This record gives sequence, C-alpha cells and structure tokens, in this order.
Amino acid sequence: MPKPDSLQGSLDLLVLKILSRRPRLHGYAIMSSVQSMSDEVLRIEEGSLYPALHRMEEAGWIRAQWITKDTGRRARLYELTPAGKKQLAAEETRWQAVTFAVNRVLRMA
Amino acid sequence: MSIWSRVANMFRGDRLNREIDEELQGHLEQAIAEGREPAEARRALGSPLRLREESRDARLVTWVESLRADAIFGWRQLKKRKATSAAAILSLALGIGACTSAFRLIDALFFRPLSIAEPERLYVTSFAATDLDGKLDSYDSCSYPMFRQWRAVVKDQAELIAISYAERVDLTFGSDDVMEKAYRQYVSGWMFSSFGLQPAVGRLLTEGDDLKPGSAPVAVISYDYWARRFGRDPQVVGRTFRIGRDLYEIAGVAEKGFTGTETGTATDIFVPTMMKAGSVNNSNAFWFRTFVRPSRGVAVAALQSKMYTAYRAFEQERAKGFVNFPKRLLEGYPRTKLSLAPAATGVSEMQKDYRTSLVALAVLVGMVLLIACANVANLMAAQAAARAREMALRVSIGAGRWRLVQMLLVESAWLATLAAAVGGVFAWWSAPAIVSRINPPDSPARLFLPVDFRAVVFGAALTLAVVLLFGLAPALRASGVRPAGVLRGGEEPHARRRLMHALIAVQAAFCILVLFVAGLFVNTFEKLTHQPLGFSAARLLALEAEAQPAQSPWYWNQVADRLRATPGVEAVALAAWPLMSGTMSNNFVSINGAPPSDVLTYFLRVSAGWTSIMGIPFLDGRDFRPGETFPGVAIVNTTFAKRYFSGDDPVGKSFETRTAAGIPARFEIIGLVGDVKYQDIRQPILPQAYVPFASTDPKGAMEPRGWGTFIVRTSATDPLALASTLRLAVTRARPEFYVSNVRTQTAINQSHTVRERLLASLAAFFGIVALLLAGVGLYGVLDYSVLQRRKEIGIRLALGAQAGDVVRRVTVDVFSMVLGGALAGLALGFAAARFIQALLYQVKPTDPSMLALPALTIIAAALLAALPPAIRAVRVDPAETLRGE
Repeated sequence: MPKPDSLQGSLDLLVLKILSRRPRLHGYAIMSSVQSMSDEVLRIEEGSLYPALHRMEEAGWIRAQWITKDTGRRARLYELTPAGKKQLAAEETRWQAVTFAVNRVLRMA
Repeated sequence: MSIWSRVANMFRGDRLNREIDEELQGHLEQAIAEGREPAEARRALGSPLRLREESRDARLVTWVESLRADAIFGWRQLKKRKATSAAAILSLALGIGACTSAFRLIDALFFRPLSIAEPERLYVTSFAATDLDGKLDSYDSCSYPMFRQWRAVVKDQAELIAISYAERVDLTFGSDDVMEKAYRQYVSGWMFSSFGLQPAVGRLLTEGDDLKPGSAPVAVISYDYWARRFGRDPQVVGRTFRIGRDLYEIAGVAEKGFTGTETGTATDIFVPTMMKAGSVNNSNAFWFRTFVRPSRGVAVAALQSKMYTAYRAFEQERAKGFVNFPKRLLEGYPRTKLSLAPAATGVSEMQKDYRTSLVALAVLVGMVLLIACANVANLMAAQAAARAREMALRVSIGAGRWRLVQMLLVESAWLATLAAAVGGVFAWWSAPAIVSRINPPDSPARLFLPVDFRAVVFGAALTLAVVLLFGLAPALRASGVRPAGVLRGGEEPHARRRLMHALIAVQAAFCILVLFVAGLFVNTFEKLTHQPLGFSAARLLALEAEAQPAQSPWYWNQVADRLRATPGVEAVALAAWPLMSGTMSNNFVSINGAPPSDVLTYFLRVSAGWTSIMGIPFLDGRDFRPGETFPGVAIVNTTFAKRYFSGDDPVGKSFETRTAAGIPARFEIIGLVGDVKYQDIRQPILPQAYVPFASTDPKGAMEPRGWGTFIVRTSATDPLALASTLRLAVTRARPEFYVSNVRTQTAINQSHTVRERLLASLAAFFGIVALLLAGVGLYGVLDYSVLQRRKEIGIRLALGAQAGDVVRRVTVDVFSMVLGGALAGLALGFAAARFIQALLYQVKPTDPSMLALPALTIIAAALLAALPPAIRAVRVDPAETLRGE
C-alpha cells in the first residue's frame, strides 16, 4: 500500500510549476527541486512521480525527450507544452481558490 | 503524443517496457549518486513492476489493447468448440463465397466498363418493334449502306463505328491441316483511334485500311490472344494467316485489356469491315452493330431523332425492292423504333440472355447466406445462454455493456473473417467455373474476372454485414443480462427462445423460397430436355464443310460416297446446315397462285436419305430421287399440310415461292414427313419444306455450292471418335473440300439448354445447401430447448406426462414457426415467380406439384431434424434431472 499522499491533488500543479520555471528536467531533478524550493517541507512520493509524468505526457501537458549524458547514460527530460501552460494556469487558480476556502474555514474556527 | 503513437506503442510493447525501466533505473542511480542508500532509494520508488504497469496504461490506448485481448479470447473460444465453429465457418463461407462469386459475374457482365477512353461516351443503336404476335422484339443488326447514310447525316456531330458480331472462325497460320479457331470481329478502321487505344506492338487499323472493299487484308490481334497464342512474341507483326479465301497480315497488337465490345466473348482478331466485301454494298445484309460516339456538347436525343429519320427514309426505299412480301406487312413500314442505348459496359447477347438468370441466382445465394447467418445467430444465442453466468460475472465485476458487446462481436468477427477467407477461395474458384459452363464447350464464354478492389471491397463489406447480421442481436441480448437473476440461477429463457424461433421462421421462409425456385428451374430443364424434337440425334455427327472454289453438287455427292465407305459409318446425307444449329432460311409461299400467306415457311436443302438418317417418319409419298434438283420438288411436314391444305394429304399438290433473286419457283410436293424442331426447342413448329440439296440455275445448269453439311450416322455410340478420320477423308476425297466444324447432333441440341442446365444445377445445389442448413439450424434450436427445459420435462414426466405429450410440448412452437415461415416463403415465391417467368418453359408456378414438393421436403427435413431432440426429451430421467438441481 502506498502511503497516503500528503499533497493530494497538488502533484500535477507542482510538477507543472517546476517545469514552467526550469524547462528540461529529468524526473529526479523535478523531485529534488520541489524539495529544495519548499525548504524540505514538501516531499514528492517517488512512486507516484513517474506514472504522473507519463499520464501528463499522454494528456499533452508536457513532452519528453531522451538525451545522452556525458556518462553515456540516457536521461529522459521533460518540458512544458503550450497546453501544459494553460493547464498550469487553471490548476493555480483552482489551488488558490481551495487554499482561500481552507483559510477561511480555519479563521472562522 | 497522438493517438497514433499510443496505438503504435501497443505494437512496441517490449520497447515501451524497456524505456520505462531505463527511466526508473536512471532515477535510482541519481539517488545513489546523491548519497542515498540503494535499498532505501529502491523502497522509496516502490515496485518497479507496478510502476511499469501504471505508466504503460497511461501510454497505451486501452481499447485497442482490449480489442487485442478480446481477439485472443475469442480465438480460444472458437478453438474450444472446434466442431460447431467449423460448421458455422463452413456454412458462412459457402454463403459468402457464393455471393461474392455472383457479384463478380454480375459485375463483369453488366457493370465493368470497357477498357477504352471515355466508355460513358459510347452508345449503340438498337431497334425495337412489336412482332405479329404483339411481342416486343429488339435487335441491333445494321446493314452497311444504311451505316454509310447515317455517317453522312451525323458527320459533324458524332463518330459512327461499325463492329460486327464476334464470330468463331477457322483459320490457319500454316497449311490447312492445322486449322484452329479464333474469334473475329469486322471493325471500322477508325475504331481504335476513336476508342483512344494504343498499339502494344506494330500499328493499329486506321481509316485508310477501311476504304475500298477487299483492299486491305490486314488484321490487329488482341493482347490476350497475342499472349495466349504467341507468348507475346514481338515477331508476330507481319505474320500471315488465312480465313477462308482471304490471306491476312498481322499489322499489330491492340492495347492490353481490350478484347472487343461484346462482353462475354473475347475477340482475338480485328479486321477492317471492308474485308467483308460481299456485304458492304448489300442493303439486305445485317451483320454488325453501329456504335455512336457523340461529339462533346451534342445531345444524344437530337442525334437519335436525326438517325431515325434517315433510317425510315432508307428502309422505305429498301422495301420497294421486297419480293413476295405480304402487302399487309408493308403498311406503315418500318414500324421499328430506333434508340441510342448507352454501351459503356459493352453489348452482347449474353447480357440479354443472362440478366434475369444471374439476378435470380444472386437472390438465391443471398437467401442461402441469410439462412447461414440465421443459423450462426442461433448458435451464438445458444452459446450466450450457456455463458450467461460468465456474462453475469463480468457485469457484476464492472464490465460495461459496450465492453461485452465488443467482446462478443469480436468473436463473431473471427467467425466471419475465417468464413470470408474460405469463401474467398471458393469465389476465386467458382466464378470462372460458372463462366466456363455458360456456353457450349466448343465456344466457351470468356469473361474477365480480375480480383481487384471492387471484388475485395464487396467481400469486406459483405463480411462486415454478416458480422452485424448474426452477431449483433445475440451480443446485445447477452450483454443485457441482469446479473442478480442469472447468478441466482433463474433466468428468463423464453425471451431468448423467442429470438431463436423468429430466426427459425425466417430460415424456413427462405429455404422454401430457394427450394421453390430451384424446383421451377429443374422442371423447366426437364421439360426442355424431354421435349419431343421429331428426330433422333443418336450417333449423328455433323461435318460442316466448305469447298473452295465452290464445287458442283456432283462432287459433294462424291465426297459423301467416300465417307460412306469409311469403316464405322452407317449412313451419310447432305444438308445445308444441321437442324437446331440456329441457322435457318424462311420464305412466304403461295398456293395455287393466291397471294403469299403471312406465315413463314422454313426451308432446308437436303439430299436423298436425309429424312431416314434423321429418323423423321415418312407419312406419305417418297424421298428425293437422284437427279431431282431445286427448284422443282419438295417434301413438307404435317404442319405445312395443316396450314395450307387444311390437313389433307398434300402429296401431288404444289406451291410457289420466289427465290432471293425474285425469280418465281414452283414445287411439287412429293412427300409428307413428321414435324421437327427446326431452329430452337422453344419455338412453336412452323410449316417446313425440304428441297433438294442440288440446285440448277434458270438455264438448267448445275449450280456449284461453297458450303454444306455432311450428316453422318456412325455405328459406334460415340460419334466423335470418328471425327478426325472423317475430317481427313473429306479433304482426301477432293482437295477443294475442307471441314470447318465437327459437332455431334447431341451437342448441337444441348447447346439450346445450356442456360437452363446451368440454372437448374446451381439452383438445385443451393436448394440442397439451404435445406441442409435449415435442417441443422432446426436441430440445433430444438436440441437447445430440450436441454434448457430438462428440469421442466423431468417434472412433467415425474407427474405422469405421456411421452407424446412431452414431445408435443417441446416441438409445437418450433413447428408452428416452420409452418408460418413456409407459408410466408411460398407467398414470396409466387411474387418472385413473376420475375423469372421468362426463364421458365412449360412450368406453371401455381401448379400444385410445384408447391407440394418444397413443402413436403421442408416438412420431411423438419421431422428428421426434430427426431433426435424428441428422443432425447422422452429419455429424460426425472429422478436424475431433479436430483441434479
């Protein structure tokens, strides 16, 4: 059983946001970026990262490309597509609406 | 990534897996490189297998993947039930194959355009008139003087092309010992350029080859003949061959694919019309069709009326030269209407003769296919019932309805596709086999039946239609299961049986229709072959011979004597042509100087001994004597006596007629013989007059003859065994003579029933297939319903029901369906009979025996099919069935 995702529903948003700032990252770099940018607060569940990346690729939000590194190893780099940019905007709006609502609830309580 | 890359991913499953693995591996290496524990990193990433599956799902089109799974599952299902699957596939294959075969024939004969430039801009002149009996008669033969007139009239608006009827002729490339046969057409020299054809080798005919009678003995051969006869030898140009008296030189080979305009016959040799020198200036010789190529922007209707006006004027002028023609028939002459009919698909007698036959056959095979579909649908329905639990389980674990329909349809598609493959082979073989039976063996029909996209598209569309026909209803029904009820064990079986019963009724209706029509065709053929001909064809051989130059009758007799001396020959006589060969000569006769009657009399020139060789009974008078010549004496038949002498013995009386040259001729009747069929089996018997083979001119000198037929009766039962001996004997007797054609009289007679034989045998075959399929279907349904109602039967038996009662209960529904279907089928049959009336001979569709036979057959088949399930029903052991539940 995978551990419950503490950031339910926000994985796509995070990945899209990271890729909009820094194009052409591989999976591990996306994960580390999220960690470092959130001062180690947010951790991406490694097991859900790749299925999510492939799903978003299928949806046409991101595209991937194989490159060969200096070590001779291949790496798969991801970048945002125009559709992905739109999706990111939509996800950001949704996220803000949700956090605003949650904050209101917290204030009222 | 597009949908196509997803579909493509499906076929690159391994590569996809490798890529996902590689990416995950890269992730782990990166983690380890940053100093994490390998085991921890691996654990954090999770099971690689699960990850791979999840990613894979994202990168594949799931329905394509599910289709693949269904295909594999369906294939396993078919393999599991080998016998039923094979039966289903075979019956469908027969139906699909027969339908495709019929389509290929119909397409080739009626829909495939000629391979010429702009075939849609080709028309043919056609004449229609009502004859004396009020029947509509149409023909398309023209005379060359008429053709010239037309050309002059429409010269700026259309190009006219004369193309003669394709004729099978004797020719030789070497000496006369090696005669061979080929199809020849006389064509206007400008035909090739008008049709936009290019030579494959050499040159084609031009207008220059077709200017003066007999001036250009050149020929163009078809590509097909070039390949068949010469193996595509380019040296063929310049070779010479002889037809009759004319020596031709081959000028070139026509474009590939062009074999003349007579669909059903492949013309081998094209020669200029001017080579028919004896006919091009004769207004009474009708020997070709006139094709019309209207210029752009010219209305066909305007062209037609212009040509009609010219035709009327021409015919009225020609009628002035008619001799011995009843005045009544000359009123308003010509009454014929002229029309320009589209000729894009060629023009032939075969199209006329086989139109209804082929459509009738196509409908029959369509019925057989529907019967097969109904069978397979019932099979699928029965299987779906057996798999109801499986379906219910699938629904309860979340399968959508469409998903189940897809699964079942894929299974049906397997059946249909395999059947289509087998059926394709059947069609590939059977269509040419049928064509080869269309004409008598000595002049086979040739239809080009390429397996091209038309045939393939038809086959594919048919297969798809078949899948939907037999697969959709059972699939929809099976997928609509209500899992709760089924899994509990109670299902509503009646609903499923209703579908099956309806299909049984449909099967019975179609089956009886096929049997009924087959019965009509078989009876027609029987009637025709048992039609009394008035003469005996047994052991008779007809040697059609020519003499060059024409020889005196005295020499013809000398050759006949030589044949008489050949061992194995019983008797020899001479005739202008064999009876029933289709050739005829008729004339109006007058009695005692009265005006000519308007009933035509058939004439035939025969030698002494001909009536006895033909086995025609002599009723009075005597045979010809040596020295008796034409004109002067005649032997007439009973109908002649009835028509002109009100049945009195005509021997000793006389009649007059006029020869073609208009010279009066008087005949004394010296003998009376029985009636015979002269030209065709179906024709009513007309007055006939036999006159001497030898003729004298008005000055009393013997007239030489260029052609005639030796009728030989052999002692052996197979007269053909003597054919080559006799052929040689003719030329040896006198070198001026040669035999152009040898046929048995039996073969000549049979050539009149080729179409009926073909129809009867094919219809009978499909009738048997339909009966078999319907019987198997009925058995299947009854067997299934007994199996399904075993519990009920067991209870009934346990409660004391009689065996007869049980059987009645099990079969009554099905039999009422068969009966209902049969009645509907007969009603359909009556409606259909009107459409095929023209193909029948002395057979009345309303004849009770025509109805009784199919009805009895289907009842017998139904009883036979019901027997095993009925036995099974009464043998149900109540104790066992009840315990089993």
